[in-house]
Amino acid sequence: MANESLKAKLAEYEEKCKKAEAKFPERVGLKHNKVYTPLDIEGFDYENDLGLPGEYPYTRGVQPTMYRSRFWTMRMYAGFATAEESNKRYRYLIANGGTGLSVAFDLPTQIGYDSDDAMAQGEIGKVGVAIDTLKDMEILFDQIDLSKVSTSMTINASASVLLAMYIAVAEKQGVPTEALRGTIQNDILKEYSARGTYIFPVKPSMRLITNIFEYCSKNVPKWNTISISGYHIREAGSTAAQEIAFTIADGIAYIEAALKAGMKIDDFAGRLSFFWNAHNNVLEEVAKFRASRRIWARILKDRFHAQSEKSMKLRFHTQTAGSMLTAQQPNNNIIRVALQAAAAVMGGTQSLHTNSRDEALALPTTESVTIALRTQQIIAYESGLADVVDPLGGSYYVEAMTNAIEKEAMEYIKKIDEMGGAVEAIEKGYIQKEIQDSAYAWQMAVESGEKTIVGVNKFQIEEKPVEGLLRVDASAGEFQKKKLAEVKATRDNAKVAEELAKLEKAAADESVNLMPVILDCVRAYCSLGEICGVLRKVFGEYKPHVTL
Amino acid sequence: MADKKIRVLVAKPGLDGHDRGAKVVARALRDAGMEVIYTGLRQTVDQIVEAADSEDVDVVALSLLSGAHNTLFPEVVEGLKAKGMGDVLVIGGGVIPAADIPGLEEAGVKAIFTPGTPTKDIIDFIKANV
Amino acid sequence: MEFSMKDFWNGSRRALARAITIVENEQDGYEEIMKEIYHHTGRAQVIGVTGAPGAGKSTLSDNLVKFYRKMGKTVGVCAIDPTSPFSGGAILGDRIRMNDLTLDQGVYIRSMGTRGSLGGLSRKTADAVKLMDAWGLDVIFIETVGVGQSEVDIVKNADTTLVVLVPGLGDDIQAIKAGILEIGDVFTINKCDRDGADRLNVEIEMMLDLGEAQDWRPPIERTIANEGQGIEDVVNGLNEHRKYLEESGLLEERRRERVRTEMAEMIHDRISRHVMKEITETGKFADYVEQVYERQTDPYTVVDSIVGDIFK
Repeated sequence: MANESLKAKLAEYEEKCKKAEAKFPERVGLKHNKVYTPLDIEGFDYENDLGLPGEYPYTRGVQPTMYRSRFWTMRMYAGFATAEESNKRYRYLIANGGTGLSVAFDLPTQIGYDSDDAMAQGEIGKVGVAIDTLKDMEILFDQIDLSKVSTSMTINASASVLLAMYIAVAEKQGVPTEALRGTIQNDILKEYSARGTYIFPVKPSMRLITNIFEYCSKNVPKWNTISISGYHIREAGSTAAQEIAFTIADGIAYIEAALKAGMKIDDFAGRLSFFWNAHNNVLEEVAKFRASRRIWARILKDRFHAQSEKSMKLRFHTQTAGSMLTAQQPNNNIIRVALQAAAAVMGGTQSLHTNSRDEALALPTTESVTIALRTQQIIAYESGLADVVDPLGGSYYVEAMTNAIEKEAMEYIKKIDEMGGAVEAIEKGYIQKEIQDSAYAWQMAVESGEKTIVGVNKFQIEEKPVEGLLRVDASAGEFQKKKLAEVKATRDNAKVAEELAKLEKAAADESVNLMPVILDCVRAYCSLGEICGVLRKVFGEYKPHVTL
Repeated sequence: MADKKIRVLVAKPGLDGHDRGAKVVARALRDAGMEVIYTGLRQTVDQIVEAADSEDVDVVALSLLSGAHNTLFPEVVEGLKAKGMGDVLVIGGGVIPAADIPGLEEAGVKAIFTPGTPTKDIIDFIKANV
Repeated sequence: MEFSMKDFWNGSRRALARAITIVENEQDGYEEIMKEIYHHTGRAQVIGVTGAPGAGKSTLSDNLVKFYRKMGKTVGVCAIDPTSPFSGGAILGDRIRMNDLTLDQGVYIRSMGTRGSLGGLSRKTADAVKLMDAWGLDVIFIETVGVGQSEVDIVKNADTTLVVLVPGLGDDIQAIKAGILEIGDVFTINKCDRDGADRLNVEIEMMLDLGEAQDWRPPIERTIANEGQGIEDVVNGLNEHRKYLEESGLLEERRRERVRTEMAEMIHDRISRHVMKEITETGKFADYVEQVYERQTDPYTVVDSIVGDIFK
């Protein structure tokens, strides 16, 4: 048999290598062979395991032609200070060839506090744009045609409110909701396990999410109602396999919640999207993206009996790994981001954000953002990586690693199922603990020198502090507070009280879909803090589980 | 007399949820033999100061990645002083531009550890300064 | 800041916190502090809360504290987490569930590591409780993970012990193994909306039936701590038990027993330290170890001679 002869040759090769081999550094995570051969993918079944692009199980990609017909959406995450400032940045990005918007909100907005709240002080406009009322949202999208642009909003606990504001702005622009395209992150489970911007306990949070699924399936059909995110799980320190395992487990929990709320799988599953991290190890990442598509397709088909192909396709946005940026020698980050972005493209991403070189130090300057965007354009137009669909498909190494990551991820998913699902696993602190263990192992590997980070634990130089970082000063906060005070003084406050009272009543009745009620609130210029305040009163607040 | 154990309050003031650094540091301090009181996310300055008081800690380690450090870190230092805990060692970490460090040190934050700092440096600093 | 007993008696939280540190570390003057406060102890209602990891003890304690606060009581919490046997360090994370109590001046929360010193562990907790008691807190919770004998010992410092269980996770089996079922005066089935709550209830009842019949039959309450449900029932159970202890005279009996154990431990501790100090400082101990190891003599003879020398 051919295999027998190959096995013999491989043994010979191993023998030869033993003499020559320098100590190969052990890596955190997967163990690798020196070389991969057909023996590593024994039983490989092309049609069953890969299929053609656009065909089940979509290992090679969700569309038949991928980037040959259209490049991925170059979607740069941006937003800082006030709506006025951020609007300028968005229009700059669109003018420079950015093809989708991605809105970063400040923390008070993400956690449902107005700019005049005591909890917000020091945080206004710092990590994203501050939004208090519909007024801010109108300014944010001023002169941006919502029928033309697709907008992604990184918003979770308060997603329903921000989506309602977006819809209300569209109404004012005369754009029908059916024409709106975009994504809200709306993924509360990873907030509990990795990102930390939760507000409400699990049950009412899951209700808000299914309310959005249901509302959008009828009224905003082109909207991606959730972006189930592994990105932050990876940023918190997980491995590649953990990233997709915990995220897909979250996805399963959302599906089950929606099914329990009476929806049919094919009515909403096609609008579920994912968000992956593109980390440093290029080929491992490519394998991860491929494995994630195959796992999701099989789960949707076999476990949830989806009929529609759309339901089975795992579409994803990618962001390069922020945690891998170094504060040391920040220009090196340009190279890191280029490699990470290349991995995302070879892995078949639908949209991509590339980080800027200075993000380990502060929010990026315009110049840094431009380099990051150009990086994507160079990959798209010059590198040739976009010319062929799934260019690494069939590589012994990449196929073996795709299998290995799939196997490890499925073991985690099984374990989480046995615990009663992702919600239960989070409440027990299991997922958090697994992530933290990986984060700690990584840190120790870096500190022992087992893992090299260029410029951090090897090839260090003396450096002068970086000049010209973007700073959001306190004046943004003052400006924002003043604007909010003006809105509060000029709006119809009787109407505001009336809408908030309706919301309180609706929130207490689990059978009511809250989206239309929240939409009425934002139309009346109720503030985000007022709306979330009412919901806090009815729902209570989440208390984290910490196992260290 | 038994060795006095070093007690450290690891806290995240402000609203950001990035606790990877804080948790890694908490573990590293534990593995260096310290008692770490971990209070989690979104701690107000008052909560941090009260907890430091009740727990009678030697060190308050603050972690913040949102950019609100110039507001919040000095407030913690002042709060501790007002409680008669001016001798508590306050250190900070996170995404903090080099230009902000002198100001924070002047405000009484004894050391700032930026991304890429080995946990060993933090441990050594604490042991040398408690 | 210098510690002064005057500040302690004037109600300074800073002084209470510092006193616990001094006593916990056996720093200079700790015995003087304990001598001074001892006469002022014995007033507080001391409640132990234990259960398997993940049973929701901190959340339950958080709710119980709030309930007692509403009744106008001041409350202390001694939250105990295991010390790493490898490094001697610990991560004390129980406060996180009680963050909204932090600013309440009628509540004092102190996190402690088990620190693993033989025997001394439960006494340090006991001392911390006494300090809180003397300082004037009305109700004191000792919260600990019920995973082993040392934790069980800590909880024995309480007048009433609440054992927290959750259905369906096999924790009940663990609890039985850890011996915490025997020490429960009140039980609560937390997260009782889960499958298996009824079964767990039956199992606890059966276990109680197996024990000797006593005047006090531990009640089994049901709670969903993170939604605040069932808390009042638990408080009623705890207060009932307190009443029973007082009326039956068992409170006195338990406390007298505790004094006995405590003193025996202290004597044991003091003597063994004294003896060990003697023989290690003179280098005799190392010699003895060597002689026994070489089988020139045996440990029994050696111990006879050491103890005989010192107590002649």
